[in-house]
Amino acid sequence: MGRTAKAKAANEADGGTWRFPAGQGLRLDSGARLEPLEIAYKTYGALNAEKSNAVLVCHALTGDQHLASTHPMTGKPGWWDRFVGPGRPLDPDRHFIICSNVVGGCMGSTGPASVNPATGEPYGLTFPVITIGDMVRAQAMLVEALGIETLFAVVGGSMGGMQALQWAADYPDKLFSAVIIAAAARHSAQNIAFHEVGRQAIMADPDWRGGAYETAGVRPEKGLAVARMAAHITYLSEAALQRKFGRELQRDGLSWGFDADFQVESYLRHQGTSFVDRFDANSYLYITRALDYFDLAAQYEGVLAKAFQAARKVRFCVLSFSSDWLYPTPESRDVVRALNAAGARASFVEIETDKGHDAFFLDEPQLDAALKGFFTSAAQARGLR
Amino acid sequence: MTARREDFREILRLVKPAARVLDVGCEDGELLELLTREKGVDGQGLELSSENVALCLSKGLAVVQGDGDRDLDHFPTRAFDYAILSKTLQQMREPRHVLSELLRIADQAIVSVPNFGHWRMRVSLMTRGRMPETRALPDPWWATPNIHLCTLKDFTDLCADLTLRIDACAALSGGRPARPMDPSGVLENWRAETALFLLSKA
Repeated sequence: MGRTAKAKAANEADGGTWRFPAGQGLRLDSGARLEPLEIAYKTYGALNAEKSNAVLVCHALTGDQHLASTHPMTGKPGWWDRFVGPGRPLDPDRHFIICSNVVGGCMGSTGPASVNPATGEPYGLTFPVITIGDMVRAQAMLVEALGIETLFAVVGGSMGGMQALQWAADYPDKLFSAVIIAAAARHSAQNIAFHEVGRQAIMADPDWRGGAYETAGVRPEKGLAVARMAAHITYLSEAALQRKFGRELQRDGLSWGFDADFQVESYLRHQGTSFVDRFDANSYLYITRALDYFDLAAQYEGVLAKAFQAARKVRFCVLSFSSDWLYPTPESRDVVRALNAAGARASFVEIETDKGHDAFFLDEPQLDAALKGFFTSAAQARGLR
Repeated sequence: MTARREDFREILRLVKPAARVLDVGCEDGELLELLTREKGVDGQGLELSSENVALCLSKGLAVVQGDGDRDLDHFPTRAFDYAILSKTLQQMREPRHVLSELLRIADQAIVSVPNFGHWRMRVSLMTRGRMPETRALPDPWWATPNIHLCTLKDFTDLCADLTLRIDACAALSGGRPARPMDPSGVLENWRAETALFLLSKA
């Protein structure tokens, strides 16, 4: 291994858990305060001398900080590995990329599985309800702790895109550009409804124990798996499901029973069972709640454009997918119109794909080309090499 | 620059350096790129086709996928120095509304329209008795995107009706360099294949 390769490997291993000192708790939108606060994060690449090349990537509902490095629990590549690397839209040779686990998460940041200092027991349901705004406030604290005044970009898909929108509203001066993929400025009734199904599945599992399963030494795996199965359907388009599985059977002939006869059943069951290995049921409750509470315009008298009033200098890129029915294109269009109305510099395109909401994890050449172009021109404007 | 883009050359001449420009129907972003490179403008595009927008984005241009008929309403008043609408006014559902919106959003509008009063149109209609298919308007009637064609006179009438001032006007014909003209000139409604206007509110 050459010296650069070694240095790069060391860089890629960068990150850890930021423990905020006593007195530096997190002020929450609910009025509560979360202390102590720990934020687990990973970084890729190096911060330049001007500290002008930092990119914060915000993860989605069940994502985590392992953006482009092997996941410690599943052994799989990072969730956006495809997107990060030399010559890719996010390039560790040019950008200092930060990805942190959201507050309320279960991959090292303070969440419902952390110990409640008041009781010495895991928080469980005594964990305060958090919001997208709280997640962003914690990220801003981390970014500041890392010595960065202005981010070159905040990038996120789905819930990550909502965080990017919240960043633009709350910290417009700390932001040079923002990329919002397959997101919305608020959760719709349908979004809330699907989340409620998931939460009820978890809470209906006898092993959930009112949220205190950790103390009881059990886990509501069945409930969490069902929640994941229901949610997973919303991430795919009908066309994608049909193309992938159709009515194909697992074995020759029907079982004349309730085994997973169809390949799509087996696939969903696998999605459910593999998910419970890496995710915490209470975190799922808290994070879905944060999403349901998200309504950016509501914080600005119902006028979304007002949320971006101070973000006129931020360069925005909004992307949606034609077959995404979870956060469909009209939601993105509303965001773009509000950005236009606020006089912000915005780009927007609906990418034609039949892969549904999850398209942002998948191979979409138009997405890559668009974002590469966006980052290149933003870098020029920012004076990055 | 190809002959086809003589209108771009004229637009490039009209736009002041470092201006804020909105290009409505910017297609693959060629004009925005030109204006950015040669005039250092702060450009924004609006384009209907997702493929074209993706192409623009990959070139680093700021372009929103949208519809000139519906999406202009969302831009704030006087957000731009120039709003450009090149040869697409006749494809809008509500050209009148679009024209007044352009001059709400921007201090000046640069609009080009094919002239249906051009002699080729008249001769073609008179001799063939069919909808003209000319080099300026090559599509058959059932495939044309042009739903609101007008003559030079029609267009200047609309400008007068909307109390718009014509700050400059040029004729573009057959890929030849733009020729400054007085749109009220008697022969221009016969001679100009396409007319390009610089408009402002009177």
